[in-house]
Amino acid sequence: MVSDKELEAVEQIVNGVITDESLAEGDVLINCLHEIQNHFHNFVPLEAAEKVAEILKVPESSVYEVLTFYTMFSVEKRGKYVIRVCNSLPCHVTGGKEIIETLKKELGCDFSQTSKDGLFTLEETGCLGLCGVSPVIMINEEFYGNLTHDKVLDIINNIREEERG
Amino acid sequence: MPVATNTILMCAGGGCISSGEESCLQALEKAVEKYALHDVVKIVETGCMGMCDAGPLMVIYPEGVYYQKLTPEDIEKIVSEHILKGRIVEDKLLDNPVSSLKTHNPYDDHPFFTRQVKIATRNMGVIDPMKIEEYIAHDGYFALQKALSMKPEEIIEELKISGLRGRGGAGFPTWLKWDLTRKVPGDEKYVLCNADEGDPGAFMDRSILEGDPHSILEAMAIAGYAIGASKGYIYIRAEYPLAIERLNEGIKQAKELGLFGENIMGSDFSFDLEIRMGAGAFVCGEETALIESIEGKRGQPRVKPPFPAQVGVWGKPTLNNNVETYANIPPILTKGARWFASIGTETSKGTKVFCLAGKVKNTGLVEVPMGITLREVVYDIGGGIPDGKEFKAVQTGGPSGGCIPKEHLDTPIDYETLKELGTMMGSGGMIFMDEDTCMVDVAKYFLDFSVEESCGKCVPCREGNRVMFDMLEKITDGEGEEGDIERLEELGKNIMDTSLCGLGQSSPQPVISTIRYFRDEYEAHINDKRCPAKVCKPLIRYVIDPEKCVGCTACARVCPVTAISGEVKQVHEIDRDICTRCSSCIQVCRFGAISIQSP
Repeated sequence: MVSDKELEAVEQIVNGVITDESLAEGDVLINCLHEIQNHFHNFVPLEAAEKVAEILKVPESSVYEVLTFYTMFSVEKRGKYVIRVCNSLPCHVTGGKEIIETLKKELGCDFSQTSKDGLFTLEETGCLGLCGVSPVIMINEEFYGNLTHDKVLDIINNIREEERG
Repeated sequence: MPVATNTILMCAGGGCISSGEESCLQALEKAVEKYALHDVVKIVETGCMGMCDAGPLMVIYPEGVYYQKLTPEDIEKIVSEHILKGRIVEDKLLDNPVSSLKTHNPYDDHPFFTRQVKIATRNMGVIDPMKIEEYIAHDGYFALQKALSMKPEEIIEELKISGLRGRGGAGFPTWLKWDLTRKVPGDEKYVLCNADEGDPGAFMDRSILEGDPHSILEAMAIAGYAIGASKGYIYIRAEYPLAIERLNEGIKQAKELGLFGENIMGSDFSFDLEIRMGAGAFVCGEETALIESIEGKRGQPRVKPPFPAQVGVWGKPTLNNNVETYANIPPILTKGARWFASIGTETSKGTKVFCLAGKVKNTGLVEVPMGITLREVVYDIGGGIPDGKEFKAVQTGGPSGGCIPKEHLDTPIDYETLKELGTMMGSGGMIFMDEDTCMVDVAKYFLDFSVEESCGKCVPCREGNRVMFDMLEKITDGEGEEGDIERLEELGKNIMDTSLCGLGQSSPQPVISTIRYFRDEYEAHINDKRCPAKVCKPLIRYVIDPEKCVGCTACARVCPVTAISGEVKQVHEIDRDICTRCSSCIQVCRFGAISIQSP
C-alpha cells in the first residue's frame, strides 16, 4: 500500500514536471513516471500510477500501457540498485558474455530478477553508447566501462560494503 | 590579475567518465591545491575527445601534450613533473604508430587525429560544454544571428547548395525536409530533435549532446525560424542522463543571454524547447514512434503517409532531424554552403561521424570526409585490429544494416556505395570483427535484438523475426538442415516487404548480408556441424594436448562442473559430455595445452 503522504509526494512530482499548462495533456507522462520511479527506488507502484492518471487526465489504461511498454519502467518492486547490462554487439564481441556470467553468478539471479538480499536487480539493456570502453554496465545512473571479471566483483562488493555502512 | 600559464583539458565524455575520469579530476584538483597552483593552472572539463579506448584523457596547454590512460597516481606525477618542472612524462604519452617516438602533440602527428575533418564535432574536446561563453567564443550563435537576417527560403536554399543529407540513417536531403514542412500551412509547427540514439555501436549523438549541447540548440532555433515554428522538442533516451543535464543547463544559459526563448536577439522570433525522455524502447528512434512517445504514449509507429511534415506532433506539421544533422547546420551557415559542399563525394557531401567499436585498436569517435575508404578508417585511423588478429568484417548501420567483408575494404564510404554493398550508412556505428567472430552468431545476435525491440504491431516483424531467430539458433546448435539458408532468405525478404516501419523493413538485413558474404560459414554449420570461428558452443569442444599437459591440475581445480580428470603429473582429460565450454580451463593453463576444436 502506498500511504497518503506518498501520494501527495507523487502529486508534487507531477506538478513540478508540468512546465506548460497548455501542453499538459499527458505529454509529460513519461518524464513524470521517471521521477516517480526514482522516488520509489526503481519502481512505480500501481496506486502512484493511478494518481498520475488522475492528475494528467489520461485513462489509467494508458498509463499502464506506457509502464509496461518501456523496458526501463517496472510496476514490480526492484532492488535499490538496478544493474543494466549492455547486450549489444560491441559489448558482446569484447567479452560481455563473461561479464553477464559473472554478474549472474555473483548475484545469484537471472535477468529480470532481484538478488536475495533485495539490493540488486539484474536487467538487460540496449546499447548504452559507451562502446569505446566496452563491455559496459549501468548501475542506476552510474556507468562502468572496460569491465573485467574482477572489476565487476569489485564494483558489487563496494556497493555491498557501502550499504553495510 | 594572475594569468593562467597552463590550461588543462580533462575529457569528461561518457567513455572517460566510466573509465575513471572523476577520480583523476579529484587528484588533479588536489595536486593543484597541494602545490598552490590555482592562479596559474586552469582546469577545463570538455566533451569527448574521441579516443575513448585511451581514456581517461587529458591535454595540457600551451604545449598541447596529450596524456592517456590516466590514474590518480599518474596525475600527481604529471603535475609535479610537467607543470612544476616542465618535464614531459613520456610513459603516459600516446604511442605514435608512424614513428618509434612517443607523440607529444597527437593533433599534429597522430593519424587518428590528422585524418579527421571536424565539422559536427568541431567543439568537442575543445570547449567546456557547460559554459555558453566558450561556445560563443568559437563562433557560437553567429549562425543563428545570420539566419535571423535571412529569409527562410534563403536558409533552405543554402542547405540545398550544401547537399547536407540526414545523418540518422536513410540520408534524406535535409533541405527538402525543411522545405516540405515550411510549405505546409499552419500557425503551429514543431521542430524535433531525434536523440533516441539506439543503434548498437553508435554513440556520436550522445557525445555531441554531452560535448557541445549549444550547437544543437542553435540549429534547432534556426530550423524553427526557417519552417515557422516557435516550439521544439528534444527526444532523448533516459539512458543518457549526462546529456539531459547538459542540455537543460544549455537552455537555461541561452535564455539568460536572450539567445533563446522570447524575442531572440531582439527580433520578432521566439523559440523554446522542451526535453522529453524515452524509457528504453529502440523503436522510438523511428520518427513516427518517436512522435507517439513525445505525446506520452507507447512508441508504436504510425502509418505513413501522412508524413510528419504534414501530420506530426499533436497532429501539427513537424520537422524531425537527428543530432548530428543539426550539429552540421551552424557551420554551413557561418562558413558557407559551398565550403561544405566542397568536402565529400558527388552524392554525399560533408563529413560523417563514425563510432569505432569492437575489435579495433583505437575505439572511439572520429569525423571523416565522406568518400574515405574503409581501409583508411580501419588501419590508419583505427590503428588496425588488436592482438595481431586479422580483420574479418565490419558491421555498419546497426541491426538495420549489414556487414562489409575485407574484399571491399577499398570502397569509398558514402550513402550509395554502402547501399550497393547491402548495408547502409545508418547512424554511423562501425563494429569491427576479427577472425574469432562467428558471422552466424553475429546475425543471430542482431536478430535477438530485433525480436526484443519489435513493438509488436506488425505480425511479420513480431513473429517473423522470432522464427528467423529460432532457425539461426537451430543452425548454431548444430541442428541445421539443408534448405535453411534459402528459407532464411525468403522469410527475410517477406518480413522486409510487409512490415510497416523501418525496424521490420530492415531487421533481417544482418542475416541477408552475412549470407551474402559468408555463406560458407552457414554451410559449415549446417552441413559439417562445424563453427569455423570456434564460437558456437554446441559445435566446439575443448581438448587437452597430451604432449603439452604436465599434469599440474590447475584446470581440474578450476573446472566448475568437474569435467576434467587426471592424476597429479599425469596427462588430464576433458569429458566432452560434462564440459560446458565455459573456457575457465584455458584461462588458467600456463602451458597452452588446452585448445578449442570444431570438427
